[in-house]
Amino acid sequence: MAADALTMRGRRARPRVRLMPHLTGWGFVGPATLVIVGLSIFPAVWALILSLRDDNLLAPGSFVGLQNYRDLLDDPDLRAATLHTLLYSVLYVPGSLIIGLPIALALNRPIRFRAFYRTCLFVPYVVSAAATGILANFILDPQFGIVNDLLAGAGIARQGFLQDPSQALLTLVVVSLWGSVGLPIVVYLAALQDIPRELLEAARVDGAGAFRVFRAVTLPQLRPATVFLVIWQTIDALQLFDLVYTTTKGQPLDSTTVIVFYLYQQAFQLFHAGYGAAVAYALFVVTLVVSGGALWYARRGEAPS
Amino acid sequence: MKRQWPYHLILMPLSLLFAAPLVWMLITSFMPDAEINAFPPRLWPSHIDFGGYLKVLTEDSYPRWFGNTLLVTAVAVVSHLVLCSLAGYGFARLRFRGRGVAFVAIMATVMVPTQVLMIPTFLVFKSFGLIDTLAAAFLPWLATAFGVFLMRQFFLSLPRELEEAARIDGCNRLGVFFRVVLPLARPALATLAVFTFLGAWNDLIWPLIAINSEETYTLQVGLTTFAGARHTQWSALMAGNVLATFPLIAAFVVAQRHFIATMSFSGLKG
Repeated sequence: MAADALTMRGRRARPRVRLMPHLTGWGFVGPATLVIVGLSIFPAVWALILSLRDDNLLAPGSFVGLQNYRDLLDDPDLRAATLHTLLYSVLYVPGSLIIGLPIALALNRPIRFRAFYRTCLFVPYVVSAAATGILANFILDPQFGIVNDLLAGAGIARQGFLQDPSQALLTLVVVSLWGSVGLPIVVYLAALQDIPRELLEAARVDGAGAFRVFRAVTLPQLRPATVFLVIWQTIDALQLFDLVYTTTKGQPLDSTTVIVFYLYQQAFQLFHAGYGAAVAYALFVVTLVVSGGALWYARRGEAPS
Repeated sequence: MKRQWPYHLILMPLSLLFAAPLVWMLITSFMPDAEINAFPPRLWPSHIDFGGYLKVLTEDSYPRWFGNTLLVTAVAVVSHLVLCSLAGYGFARLRFRGRGVAFVAIMATVMVPTQVLMIPTFLVFKSFGLIDTLAAAFLPWLATAFGVFLMRQFFLSLPRELEEAARIDGCNRLGVFFRVVLPLARPALATLAVFTFLGAWNDLIWPLIAINSEETYTLQVGLTTFAGARHTQWSALMAGNVLATFPLIAAFVVAQRHFIATMSFSGLKG
């Protein structure tokens, strides 16, 4: 940082001239930095302190050390919630990529109605979780829902969907996929359009068939997009809340209580602020480990085998 | 042109399947409740019925929630456009002390999930008397790390020559920014506006926590409580959904060309 040292020395001699660039710089970035860092680092530190206390949301409590973290290790409800979150993630993350990639590949062709298809497939992504939840409750209603009417018309028994403990979580995955597969589609589409044409043509000239081109050229070129999507969708899945809140509220028989929903109940319905903060931090650490792991795995496998 | 039909064979049914729930939502919002619950189901209303819309717009606080959300979203979008483009430009072009630290601090916040922040943020806002106000709903939306990053990446992709020419002509930094750089940034600003609009309009968990009296609800919070209260009045629920959703669909359809272009420069390639 030789330039910085020079500025420092110069400042004493001609303060006004040398100070200006720094003030201008902070004038540009200051307000945004203040808002973003202020509303994030400060509460994050506070949350860490809270997680070591038994505070009630409405009244302060006392320091309890690691007790909250010890408690969460043998909290059967949290364990169940974790299991639901994991099951959801394992279905949702690969599901969204497996559905998204072929659609992006097809949309990348110069075919007719492309804009129409793209709009139809992406539009559910902009619909809020609240609206999606209400719509899902309506369409999948065990008695009046149109899906069950169609099933009955086809001679298939009516299903409970969101109201059946054995189907609710799976139904949530399907509803989430409907609402979010637009993102993998758009990201893959953008990545596909960035693949240099010469690469594909070179492979074709060398006699590679369509499948071979896909496996040897397209797929490796999509790797960064895939890594990004795996991390993004995993974080999304681990933090599932909105859709659960607007459809099942963790029911039936607690079969859809996921971690963040449990955390919300603990902190804002039972007012266990300290315990809630500990659960949040545990989730934070898991998220970091998972995204770090994915990045590490991606780096390690960088050289194509 | 090569054979297209295999692609249509996949895309056509999928697109219709994806659009169907929204089309059904639109149709049922114009259907009388008796017809919605009929069996065998009616796929088209016997007449266009505005009962659902009337109920939503007159019997509930829905118009108020709509206004609240409109205000929160407008503040979020304007503030994002101003603060994030200023900061993005600062990080992309200006050299000053603490630039690296500030940028790393902003990017680090991406990793901290909302769940960690919501309990202490609630407590901070409560001590400032902000709970149950609309300010509580829009404060976290004034600027985001995503917005700063998006704008920075965009400004980095612009050629410097134009700005340097303007500087030589005697324009100061702010002048260059407003007269030269911002007009070039229209696609990035459009994308940022749409993303912010989406995020602020659809935000549920934070307003759910920060706001608890009915007249201050945002649309999303209102919709969920409304769904609990009007459990089987589907036409009203669907009318509420349509009104809450179609502004977003319109915004997306208008801006969708910019979307994909921005996605590819925003550095997804790592």
